Amino acid sequence: MHDLTLVQMCHGLARRDFSSAELTRHLLTRVKAANPLYNAFITIDEERALAQAAAADQRRAAGDAPALCGLPIAHKDIFCTQGLRTSCGSRMLDNFVPPYDATVVERFAAAGAVVLGKTNMDEFAMGSSNETSYYGPVKNPWATDCVPGGSSGGSAAALAARLVPGATASDTGGSIRQPAALCGVTGLKPTYGRVSRWGMIAFASSLDQAGPMARSAEDVALLLQVMAGFDERDSTCLDRPVPDYCATLEQPLAGLRIGVPEEYFGAGLNPGTERAVREALAEFERQGARLVAISLPHSGLAVPAYYVIAPAEASANLSRFDGVRYGYRCADPVDLRDLYMRSREEGFGDEVKRRILIGTYCLSAGYYDAYYNKAQQVRRLIRQDFLDAFANVDLILGPTCPNPAFAFGAKGDDPVAMYLEDIYTIAANLAGLPALSVPCGLVDAKPVGLQIIGNYFDEARMLNAAHRYQLATGWHQLAPPALAEAAA
Amino acid sequence: MSWETVIGLEVHLQLATRSKLFSGAATAFGAAPNTQACAIDLALPGTLPLLNKAAVEMAIRFGLAVDAEINPVSVFERKNYFYPDLPKGYQTTQLAHPIVGPGHLDIELADGREKRIRIHHAHLEEDAGKSLHEDFHGLSGIDLNRAGTPLIEIVTEPDLRSAEEAVAFAKKLHAIVTALGISDGDMSQGSMRFDVNVSVRRPGEPLGTRTETKNLNSFRFMERAIAKEVARQIGVLEDGGRVLQETRLYDGDTDSARAMRSKEEANDYRYFPCPDLLPVHVEPALIERLRATQPELPDTRRARFATEYGLSDYDAGQLAADTPTAHYFEAAAKASGDPKLAANWLMGEIAARLNSTETAIAACPVSPAQLGGLLQRILDRTISNAIARQVFDALWNGASDADTVIAAKGLQQVSDSGAIAALVEQVLAANPKQVADYRAAADDKKAKMLGFFVGQVMKASGGKVNPQQLNELLTAKLNG
Repeated sequence: MHDLTLVQMCHGLARRDFSSAELTRHLLTRVKAANPLYNAFITIDEERALAQAAAADQRRAAGDAPALCGLPIAHKDIFCTQGLRTSCGSRMLDNFVPPYDATVVERFAAAGAVVLGKTNMDEFAMGSSNETSYYGPVKNPWATDCVPGGSSGGSAAALAARLVPGATASDTGGSIRQPAALCGVTGLKPTYGRVSRWGMIAFASSLDQAGPMARSAEDVALLLQVMAGFDERDSTCLDRPVPDYCATLEQPLAGLRIGVPEEYFGAGLNPGTERAVREALAEFERQGARLVAISLPHSGLAVPAYYVIAPAEASANLSRFDGVRYGYRCADPVDLRDLYMRSREEGFGDEVKRRILIGTYCLSAGYYDAYYNKAQQVRRLIRQDFLDAFANVDLILGPTCPNPAFAFGAKGDDPVAMYLEDIYTIAANLAGLPALSVPCGLVDAKPVGLQIIGNYFDEARMLNAAHRYQLATGWHQLAPPALAEAAA
Repeated sequence: MSWETVIGLEVHLQLATRSKLFSGAATAFGAAPNTQACAIDLALPGTLPLLNKAAVEMAIRFGLAVDAEINPVSVFERKNYFYPDLPKGYQTTQLAHPIVGPGHLDIELADGREKRIRIHHAHLEEDAGKSLHEDFHGLSGIDLNRAGTPLIEIVTEPDLRSAEEAVAFAKKLHAIVTALGISDGDMSQGSMRFDVNVSVRRPGEPLGTRTETKNLNSFRFMERAIAKEVARQIGVLEDGGRVLQETRLYDGDTDSARAMRSKEEANDYRYFPCPDLLPVHVEPALIERLRATQPELPDTRRARFATEYGLSDYDAGQLAADTPTAHYFEAAAKASGDPKLAANWLMGEIAARLNSTETAIAACPVSPAQLGGLLQRILDRTISNAIARQVFDALWNGASDADTVIAAKGLQQVSDSGAIAALVEQVLAANPKQVADYRAAADDKKAKMLGFFVGQVMKASGGKVNPQQLNELLTAKLNG
């Protein structure tokens, strides 16, 4: 049952092959058994999940089944859930129980989904390996000595380990696509403004975007359908109609113009990854798409610009965690300064502190123009690169990450080496473009991802291309060997 | 050689919106602590600001009233600093791109001349909460009811040259914003607060080093704080010292000031555009709609009062400056049918009562309709002015209307000449010596001596005799 995709589970529930209660119980059993191994969940919400499943079964029996009625999912622990601890992977919020639901959480509840729990993540979504979580790292189900990617590593690992068929995630600088690639699942970062950020704990507001993860493009389309749409509580959320993402999945790709940026195939790209991505490109050609060599000349500036803008915004966004109103407070503060200093010293981990310091520095008097302003100029150049490219192509394809999953601790001492893992993903955040990752092969027996970048609000076309690719190839169906062995 | 004072003002004006600048929480004053702070005001994780359009419109109305440019695009920025009553750790405000650009406001100087004071800009921002340092036994309490309340900060050029000019500007500003209805202007509740930037120099020299005295919440405190600071700076300079650029605090209760922090200790606020809010685009159509529905401003109203009601320029100015007073006046003028009489009563009896009881005109126990009813009885000679004051007393103390009071107390004026003649006869008969004295007196003394008989008749009648008739009758009898 747990091997089924979301769409298959949907059919199974509709045909009464099994009930939501049965499905939920089965997956909860797996989650509880697997969590000591993978650490994919921070919080397992068994009681409420079972209640939601029972309610969903009743609705279905009454002939009132909404889109995801009774389908189990998990939320990244960055989304506020009313009455359920929302930690954002930090000691700072280890005791924080929100009094409200994020819009994304509300929408899934309205669609009838069953929430199994909250998935692990890098602290405040700052990381590419899940090693910065206060709750310990998530293990990659493909190789438990390797990272799952980050920051949405918990959601990606839970999907790869068949603990849940769909999950929410968020992507500020590759945090959906990179773990999706490293765990062999499909993840989509929508256009900035497509999904409401209300209730999603902010890392870098101008870059943060919530998106779905699943084991197929078709499942991702189903989840995006629920998440996308206007929300007046988020001023940066755009009021544009939401297309039917599932309706166009099957369209043939003949005539599709695919841009292949030379900058994404340069030094630093693992030859195995390159081979897998080139094979994927060949598959698109076989289906009638035309490959167009393009250039995104400012690609090399994306990581440096990102590591000014994201920390700058984060330094302000994380100021509210001061030990005064909620969250972690140090013991016995002697005065206000001590309360601030020790609450933040003890409540935040090293990577978060590093980024707060970088951001504070970049915004300081005398440095603002050299860093923040310059980075914003670079951001405009990067956006223009894409606008120029999309004048001639429909989609841009390339690798999601340079390498497959790396070992724990491999980049722990070198933050810059870690930051370079996001070299292909970050530009889409800076430009606000939608981008998704689909599994396209194995390198060293570990999955690698193909990245599909689309024009603004062109998620339907991206999902169509990803789905057609998945119909023709089986990479997305591969399960981690340990699971296959367990099943055998 | 004399010193010239140079003053610039920063005015924080609380806007009269029902809800906060970025949340739906109420802004009413005086609620129990932390009962008007929602998840956004508390800066709970994941919450986002949503701009209150009413606040934007009020800022535009202000800009139009001071002939300012309304910027088609303005940008909210984050001003970063840590303080317990600042929940997000930054204040959302405007810096590089304020909503209201350069404008001006003309004030009237003591000698009657007008002076133009330039306004540098005005921007929208949110207020912080309040820290309460008493009553918590070594701890501080935080009340976030005020956190997120919309303000506009109005910044002038350094065009003011004395404390009096600064006060004249502040009063004019107060009159305008209350006329616009964009603020209640209640300074006792912090709705209007002044930061004064003061420096002194020898005339013709470049600007001196300025100090900023923050958070003055009355015209009187502002005047005294400026006077004190000017005297201090002159003292420092004349003693050969240097004025330090610093922020100062003035305590109105003790009339004393002290330095709070120097320039070197100033925060680096690390302003940057708030990524949670889009730039504010103001369409020309919105500006035109607001312009077309702009309430009448005090200067226009003053001119209208003079022409429409035939008031003197001084009276028109007095009644037009304060919007509730102006509204009261117009209603009373209409109800009484005699604007001039209504004006006199408003500036006389009513102003005195409001003053002595520290009552705002909006809370005046005598409504314009009640006053109008009273004035009509004076006009139709049912009662005299003296009796009218008695009736007014009764109305002030809760009586329903003038006619009821007059009837209940039998205060109708006696205008029957037979009845008055009888009273006069009675008084003259009872005072033969005074009558003889009067008749013997020189003509120029007689007018004064007549007052005695008037008083006696009034006393005998309970003040109800028509004074004009009485005068005529008395003079005839005594001289006849």
